[in-house]
Formats: sequence, structure tokens, C-alpha cells
Amino acid sequence: MSNVFQLVWLIPLLPLLGFLINGLGRKQLSKTMAGIIGSGTVFLSFLISVAVFYSVTNGNTYVAHYFDFINITALKIGFDFQIDQLSSIFLLIITGVGFLIHVYSTAYMHDEEPKDFAKYFSFLNLFIFSMLLLVMGANYVIMFIGWEGVGLCSYLLIGYWFKNTNYNIAAKKAFIMNRIGDLGFLLAVFWLITKLGTADYQEVFANVSKLSVTDITGISLLLFVGAMGKSAQIPLYTWLPDAMAGPTPVSALIHAATMVTAGIYMIARSNILYTMAPVTQGVVAIVGLSTAILAATIALKQNDIKKVLAYSTVSQLGYMFLALGVGAYTGAVFHVMTHAFFKALLFLGAGSVIHAMSGEQDIRNMGGLKKYMRVTHITFLLACLAIAGMPPFSGFFSKDEILAAAFERSPLLWGVGVAGAIMTAFYMFRLYAMTFLGKFRGAHEQEHHVHESPKAITIPLIILAILSVIGGWIGIPEIFMHGGHRLEAFLAPVFAQSNALTVKHPLSHSTEYMLMGISVGAALVALIYAWSKFSKYQKTDVEETGLGKVLANKWYVDELYDAIIVKPVQSIAGYLSNIFEKKGIDGFVNGVGKAVNYSSRQIRLLQTGQVGTYVLMMVLGILIFFIIQLFL
Amino acid sequence: MDPKNIWITFPELLIWFPLIAGLLALVIRKEKTVKTWAILSSLITLMISVASLYYADNGKYFYYNNVSYFWLKNLGSNFTLGLDGMGHLLTALTAVSFPVIFIATFKTNYKNANVFYGLMLLTQSGLMGVFSAMDLLVFYFFWELAVIPVYFLCSRWGGERRIQATFKFFVYTFAGSLLMLAGIIYVYMHTVPAAFADHSFAINAIYSADLSLAEKNWIFWLFFIAFAIKMPVFPFHTWQPDTYEQAPTATTMVLSGIMVKMGVFAVIRWIIPIFPDAVLKFDNIIIGLSVFGMIYASLIAIKQDDLKRFVAYSSIAHIGLMCAAIFTKTEIGLQGVMIQMFSHGINIIGMWIVVDLIEKQTGTRKISELGGIAQKAPVLTIFLVVIALANIALPLTNAFVGEFMMFSGLFKFNMVYTAFALISIILSAVYTLNMVQKVFYGEANTITVKMQEISLNQKLILTLLLVFIFLFGVYPQPLLDLTKDTVTVIITKVTSIK
Amino acid sequence: MEIKWYIGLAVALFCTGIVGVLTRRNSIIIFMCIELMLNAVNLLLVAFSKMHAASALVQSNPNVVSDAQIFVFFIMVVAAAEVSVGLAIIVMLYRNTHSVDVNFLNRLKN
Repeated sequence: MSNVFQLVWLIPLLPLLGFLINGLGRKQLSKTMAGIIGSGTVFLSFLISVAVFYSVTNGNTYVAHYFDFINITALKIGFDFQIDQLSSIFLLIITGVGFLIHVYSTAYMHDEEPKDFAKYFSFLNLFIFSMLLLVMGANYVIMFIGWEGVGLCSYLLIGYWFKNTNYNIAAKKAFIMNRIGDLGFLLAVFWLITKLGTADYQEVFANVSKLSVTDITGISLLLFVGAMGKSAQIPLYTWLPDAMAGPTPVSALIHAATMVTAGIYMIARSNILYTMAPVTQGVVAIVGLSTAILAATIALKQNDIKKVLAYSTVSQLGYMFLALGVGAYTGAVFHVMTHAFFKALLFLGAGSVIHAMSGEQDIRNMGGLKKYMRVTHITFLLACLAIAGMPPFSGFFSKDEILAAAFERSPLLWGVGVAGAIMTAFYMFRLYAMTFLGKFRGAHEQEHHVHESPKAITIPLIILAILSVIGGWIGIPEIFMHGGHRLEAFLAPVFAQSNALTVKHPLSHSTEYMLMGISVGAALVALIYAWSKFSKYQKTDVEETGLGKVLANKWYVDELYDAIIVKPVQSIAGYLSNIFEKKGIDGFVNGVGKAVNYSSRQIRLLQTGQVGTYVLMMVLGILIFFIIQLFL
Repeated sequence: MDPKNIWITFPELLIWFPLIAGLLALVIRKEKTVKTWAILSSLITLMISVASLYYADNGKYFYYNNVSYFWLKNLGSNFTLGLDGMGHLLTALTAVSFPVIFIATFKTNYKNANVFYGLMLLTQSGLMGVFSAMDLLVFYFFWELAVIPVYFLCSRWGGERRIQATFKFFVYTFAGSLLMLAGIIYVYMHTVPAAFADHSFAINAIYSADLSLAEKNWIFWLFFIAFAIKMPVFPFHTWQPDTYEQAPTATTMVLSGIMVKMGVFAVIRWIIPIFPDAVLKFDNIIIGLSVFGMIYASLIAIKQDDLKRFVAYSSIAHIGLMCAAIFTKTEIGLQGVMIQMFSHGINIIGMWIVVDLIEKQTGTRKISELGGIAQKAPVLTIFLVVIALANIALPLTNAFVGEFMMFSGLFKFNMVYTAFALISIILSAVYTLNMVQKVFYGEANTITVKMQEISLNQKLILTLLLVFIFLFGVYPQPLLDLTKDTVTVIITKVTSIK
Repeated sequence: MEIKWYIGLAVALFCTGIVGVLTRRNSIIIFMCIELMLNAVNLLLVAFSKMHAASALVQSNPNVVSDAQIFVFFIMVVAAAEVSVGLAIIVMLYRNTHSVDVNFLNRLKN
């Protein structure tokens, strides 16, 4: 066993230390120090993660037990970390992309007050800590600790500018929607504990045959509810676009690259449960695909640069769930990785644009930025090509793998998936063209102010751009290169149990070429159409009508939720608190008191103070006794 | 170890020391002195309690923790005190809470401070007695002893509507006590003869009282209603918001931090072992009631505008979960209740401290009138946010462990109840975040603009609470080990009749 | 003589007393009526005592013979004391209110 595994506890601990130092010393630390501490701790974690990853590639895995979290007769939950192929990849993504975004933030957040700056970095570090707990935990409880932890950090960072009420409401919405998902996650964990007496991955997966079909289906569905909340799937996706209220690097890190992929990680981790529950797989695939399509349609009509990217994220997450649903676990993890690169790049590029435009986010007021911001422009273009699935950029390989797997399950899934891919190409190049091509449409002061961003912003962009281009080359399909899918071979031990249960029907080479050709060709057409149409975009005042209006208003889902959930809950709460509680229960209690009071007031009148009356009463009483005694 | 060599035991120390300290406090004239004396004596009590935890192992140190003297021997009642795991846990909570409360409210001035602090210390003594009584009559004696000072504290030092609120509190608790007394006497009449009397109040005699099934079924309710009022469980809860709102904050902290645990404690200590059959029979009704109460209280909390009432309703929701978890009769559920009793005490006292600080500075408790405090007092905000998040059971805070185990136990009992009960965790996030947002975030207004940062001793005391929150959130095992013996005994009582 | 005559006389005296107490307002007359009731009870005690003594003699049990007779003396002594206190109260009442009407004595009311 390699010695580097002795150090894995440092990976989450370093960001935690960074959080504590920045959080407690936020009044003393200068901005430079806060930035160095924040980024430095993550960088150290990254170095250890690289060493750990290297060790894992040699076939080592490791489960570390630190102390007992809960230890009673009926249940033992240890504070354990598990390092294997799956978690080591996520460690690299989290610490690597996380580090770049920390560096980027030092420049992006430079206008903040020193103590707010330190606060921001402490939150980011806390997020990295929670995310690392999530992927390193060796049981569902430790995962849940990280799971809620990232939700909390997301809440704190969305509401980072806490003076703005709308941002607070967005933060609250994110937290509450995540909690709804957590309800499912918790129920699944309780179910596992009740049936198997453990929440430990290895024990659960080893004993999975002891569960009935109902149990497995129930557990996997409930876990998926958790994933819906965290990874923004129908019906719990509406928080993610609102979460764009946070600073842009936060959107890049949390709401694109890492946190939202927690659901994919969790399902990939529990892959055996899903493989054994075909019903759940179907649900996952359908929900994933519908989310991919729904979000893509909304993204077509958004004008806020970050909103487009947010809906695109929701849509790409949908693809990942599609992959999970059709049993292509490697494909899902692959797409998580490539998506982390190009989506982080897109958000950071968008941040660079927003920074240059002095806070402007509406792409109708941009245009022609190409000549002002060369690095941002080129890196953004590369990312757009990657997300549109153009070969040989990274997105092509991962998306193609997902679509091919979908075709194996059903051509219909594939068809809808390709439709989504076409829309993706369209809205991404609409965004690109409206931002960088054509003429500048903003105000004059803005134009005067537009400039390329500083090095701390452009260097992360360049690194991410390189990764977005070459990141896919670790998963080259079999038809292009024999043994080219290095990732699949690497992850095979994690999915071994599932792979043993599934029967593969490999597609013929000609079919596979044809599928690739169709999807790439169609996306290319959409790309060129969007490019040509929107590079000459002019501002108009024409209101959207018909379907366009519905899309621009996001299918009115927020309004629907408001009407069927929020308002009824509010009015029930109002009824209970004002009527039922006050008039009902308290009314009854006070009624008893009032009755006693009233009757004593009445009885008091018998006390006349006349001795004669008392004696008369006495005599009458005695007489009544006599009568009863003698005659009855 | 010879019992003759031990001249005083921990439960005696824990009861008599606050009692004597309280009586002494009554005769101290100077306000400053009496405050210092109260803090000092409660710190000594804390030290005694910490020492007792070191000797908590009843296998080795039985005679340090258990004692009995003749009392009303012709009635079959001895003054028997004993600390088991649960007793240690709750006496420790009581011992920790009082110095925290006294220090946190040090700046508050009271008329007749000597009487106020004297009564507070008497309450502490009574609480210690409740948690260590091993004789039903002694238990009842301390139960009343703990509550009576609270009547005076509320009615003399409370808010505007204090008389009304105290009256309600008094009627509720007294009605409960009388029902319980009737139940106690009935059970007592069915016990086997003791050394000097026809019947016995000793805990073992009471546990093995010769009651028919039908008798158990109705006496169960006499006890349960008494304890349900104290906890409180829906629909016996309406005294609580009024009393919390009107009582002086220090008293409210005692009430919500410790006194509601008397109800939970008593259900575990007395109801389940005496009436295991009735518990099995009525568990569904009571869990249903508790779960309904959780959602009900959470919904009402959303609509509260007064911070004190807000905390009161959130507390009702949390206690509902504890009550439900007890009646699952599972090991994991009961262990969760144990942890949660301690955690809830710590967290809610923290909430009250923050509420008190805000009220002292701004003069209002109305959520709608506050706002933007985070700008003016960031440290206070951090403390409140952490405590509020602990209150909604975020992982790595103490409440998560308890709630996780309680829900887990509830799931073992019935899945549907758990699904409904979990709705309350969503609602708890809704009302807590609403409150945090309205009170702390946004722009400061005319009322909050003069908010000051909190002082050093308040920082220290809140930091202490945070240490508890995180310590037992990350490493709860010591608490689990401490209460293991009690849980085992209780579980055996129930499983033996199945 | 049979016991029932004694009982009859005692009841008659007692009822006279009650009616007097209830209907008269003059405190001296009320006071006298109370004495009347007291004496009615005394009379009953003596009568019952005599009756039981007779039956006790039949059973040759001398211990019970004269208990109640002694009891009546006690009551008469106490009644004498009571009369002196009661009359003193009435005298004080007259001095204060210049009336012996009991209906004036409702000052404690309300």
C-alpha cells in the first residue's frame, strides 16, 4: 500500500483550515494573504490528490477509518474515507478546477472590502471541504454530511451580497429545494439502515442481494430524489438559474463544475442499486432526458449571459442522468469531467465579460467584444465548440458516448437526445455571436471601459481551454482507436458489479459512424445558422409572442410552483396560526377558564351576607335530608 | 470500595448545593453580589457535575451515584437518589445551562434580585432532584419543587401580560400534576408491601406493580397527559408560546432548555417501564399525534412575527420528534432522543441568548421591524446563523446526530410517519431561513441602525455553546456511551413483554 | 311514660326555636330562640339517657347509667357562659347602632 494514502485526511482538512483561518482572521488579513491562504490550501490538496490519483492508477484503493461517528448496538457508522478510482477522479476535478477558480476569484472579487474578501474565500474553502467530504466518505452518512454541507455553502455564496433581498430569496430557494431532495436521500439511507443495518458502501453493495426488488427500487428512487434536488433535475431544477445571483466564480465552481454533479457521483457510486432496479433506471433516463430538452428550450430565449449558461448546465446534467439511466456509468462520469472543464471555462469567460462590461449581464447590450478581449474570446469559442460536441473537442467524446449508449437502449432516446444537442449548439452560438461578434451595442462609457482582464483571470481561462480541448482524449471510442478509452478501463473496477449484470449489445461500426455523423452534422448546421443569424443581431423592441414568450418566461414553471405549493402552504399556515390555534385549541383552553370564572361569579351571588338567609338555607337543607331519609 | 466510607454522593451534592446556595442568595442584599454568587455557585455545581461524569460508570462506582435514606418509611417511600446514564446526561445539561444563563443575562437588572436568583437556584435544585429521583414520591416532590419557583419568576418578573400567561401555565401544569398524582397513587396501591408499609414507592416496586391490562391502559393516559403538557406535545402546547413570550428571558431559557426535558425524561423513566403494554397499544396514536404536531408547529412558526413565539413553535416541532422517537421503542431512536435532549437544550439556550441580545438593543422582537443586523453586528450574525443551522439539524452540528438517529428509529417503526415527519425538516428550513433573512440580511432600518456588536462575555458564552454544538456534532460517541445503560434497560422492559 | 312524648315535646320546642330565629329580627328574641333549641336538644339527651339506662339495668350493666345526664349539665354550664357572652355582644351592638335589629348587621357583605 502506498504511503500517500496516509495523507488523504489532509485533502479535506487543508481547505477546512483555510476556512478557519480566513473566517476567524478576516479583519486582520490583507486581501493578498486571504487569497494566498484560500488558494494555497486548495492547491496543496490538489497536489496530494494528484499523488493519490497516481497511486490509484497503479491499482491501489484504500478505506481509512478515523473514528466512530455513531456506534451503538444496532448501527455502526464510522468516520471513514474511501479512495478508489471514482473518488480519485472527482478529487482531481474538485481540487483542480477549484484551485483555478480560487485564483480567478482573487482578481474577480478584488473590489470587495478586505473582510468581505476573506469571508468569500472562507466560504469557498468551506465548500471545497464539504465537496471533498461528499466524494471521500465511505458511507452514505459521511456523504450526506458533505451533501448538506455543499448545499449550505451554496446558500451562503448565493446570498453573499446579503443586502440585496432578491439574492437572499434566491439563496433561500436553493437551500429549500435542496432540502426537499435531501428528504429523499435521508429516507433512502434510513431504508438501507433498517434493512441492512449499515450505510457503509462496501457492506451495502456486498449485501445488495439480500434486498427485495421493492426495497431496491424504493431506495434507488429515493436516492434519485436526492439527486434531483442537488443536480437540478425536473421538478426541482428551478433553483439553479436563480442561483446565478451569486458571484460568477461561484456559479462556475458550485453551480456548474462540482456541486451539481454530486447527484451523478452518488448514483455512479451506488451503480449496483440502479442496475438492479430497471424501473428506476427508466425513471432516471426519462427525467434526465426531459430535463435536458426542457432546459435547452428555455435557454434558446434567455438574454442574461449567466442564465443561458445556467439552463445549459441543467440541460447537460440531464444528459448525464440519461447516461446513468441507460447504464452508461462511465459515460456519465466522463461527461461530468469534460463538462467541468468547458462549463467552468464558459462561466469564467462570462465572468470576464461581465467584469469588462462593468457588471452588464444582458447579451443584447454586448456584441463585438472580440476585438477588445482576445484571450477571453478565443477560450470562450473553444468552450462553445466543446459543449456543442464538435470533434475533436472534449464534449464530442463524452456526449457521443452517452448518445450511443442511449441508442443501444432505444433509438427514441437517441433521437430526442440529438434534438437536445442541436438546440445546445444553437443557443451556445447564439450566445457567442451576440456577445463577441457584430457591433458593440452597449453604452459609450461601457465601450470606453471594455478591456481584457488581468492575468489572474486569463491564465485559468487558458488552462481550462486546453483541458476543454484535450480533456476528451482519455476516452476515445473503440472504433477510432483500439484501447483508446482509457477512462473506461480505469473505472472498470468501480462498475464491475454492474457490468457483470448487464448484457451488452455493441453497435456495429457502421451504425456508430452513422450516429456520430448525424449528430455532429445536425449540430454543425445549427451552429452555422446561429452564427450567421446572430452575428448581425440588432436590438429590437418587438415583444416575444406565442411559443417564444412561453420559453422566455421559462414555461411559467416558477409561477406554477408558486400557485400550487407556496401559496397553499402559506395560507394553510395562516389558517392554522390565526384560526385553528387561537380560536380552536386556545379558544377551548380559555373557554374552560372562562366557564369557571363565569360560574363562580354566578354562585357568588348566593352569599348575601344575611345570617337569616343562611339559616333558612340550612333549615331547608336539613328538611330535604329528612324528607329523603324518611320518605324516599 | 466500601459504601460506608462515602459520606456524600453526587446526586446529593447536586441537589443540596444549589438549594443551599439559593437560600443564601435570598439573604444577600446587594444586587451585584447576588449575581456573582449565583454565577459562582452554579459554576461549582458545574464542577460537581463534571466530576460526577468522571465517575459515571455505575458498574465500578455504584455507591458514588446512588444513595437512599429513610424518609416517609410508613408510606413505603425512601429518599432514594441515583444517577444512571440518562440522569448524568440531564444533570450535566442542567449544570451547564445555569452558569451560561446567568452569565449571558448578567447585564439584565431585576427588582429584588436576591429573590430572583434565589428562586432560579431553587429551580435548579428541583431539576436535579427530578433527574436523580429513584422513588416515585421523591420524583413527584421534586417535580413540583422545580415548577413552583417558575410560577413566581414568571408572575413577578415577566412581561406585560405575565399574570395571564402564568395563570395559563399554572393551570396547565397543575392539571397535569394532579392527573399524575392520581395515577401515582393508583399505581402505588398496587405495589407489593415494603419493609415498614403496605405498599412502596421504590422504583423497582413501581415498575413491577400488579396492574391489569385495562388498568394500565387508562393510567397510562394520566401519566402521559401530565408529561405531554410539560414537553409539550400537540394539542397540549398552547401554554408554551404565551409563557415563553411573557417570562423573563432567563426563566424562559430554563423552561425551554431544561424543563421541557423533564417531560421527555419522565416518559422514558416512568411511563415506558411501568406501562409497556399500554405503550405498545397506543404507540401509533401518540406517534401520529407527535408527527402531526411537528408539521403543525412548523407551519405556525412560518407565520410568527414575534421572535420569542417563533422559537417557541420551533421548539414544539423538535420536541414532537423526540416524543415520536421515544414511542418507537427502538435502540437507535432512544439513543437519538438522549443526544437530542442535550443538543436541543444547548441550541435553544443559544437562540434565546441571541434573541435577548437583539431585544435588549433594539427594544423589539418583531421580525417585521428588524432587518440588516448583519451589517451592524456581523459577529452576532455568525453566532445566530450557526445556532439556527444547528437548530435545523445541519450535519456536523449536534442536532443532526440526534435527529438522524430519531428519524432512523422512526423509519424502523413506520415508513409513512417518517416521510411525513421529514416534511417538517423542509418547513424548518423555510421558517429558519425566513427569519435569518428578515432579521439579519437586507439593509439596516431605523430600528436596527444603532445595533452594537456584542460584548466579550457574550462572545465567550456563545463560543462555548458553539464548541458544544460542533464537538458533539463531530464526535457524539461519548454521549452515546454515557446513555447506553439506560437505553438498554428501557428496551428490555418493552421487549420482555412482546 | 313512652319516649315518643318526650321527642314530641323536644321537636315542638326546637321548631318554635327555628321559626323564631328565622322570622324575628330582634336579636334578643333570636337569642332566646337559640336557647330554646339548645334546651330542646338537652331534653332529648336526658330522655334518651333515661331510656337507655332502663334497658341497661335489664342487662345489669351499671356503667352506662348516667353519662348523658352529666353531659346535659356540661351543656347547661356552657350555655350559661354563652348567654353572658351573647348578651354582652348584644349590649355592645345596641351601644353602637342603637338598635338590636339583626338586619343592620350586614356590614361584612361586599
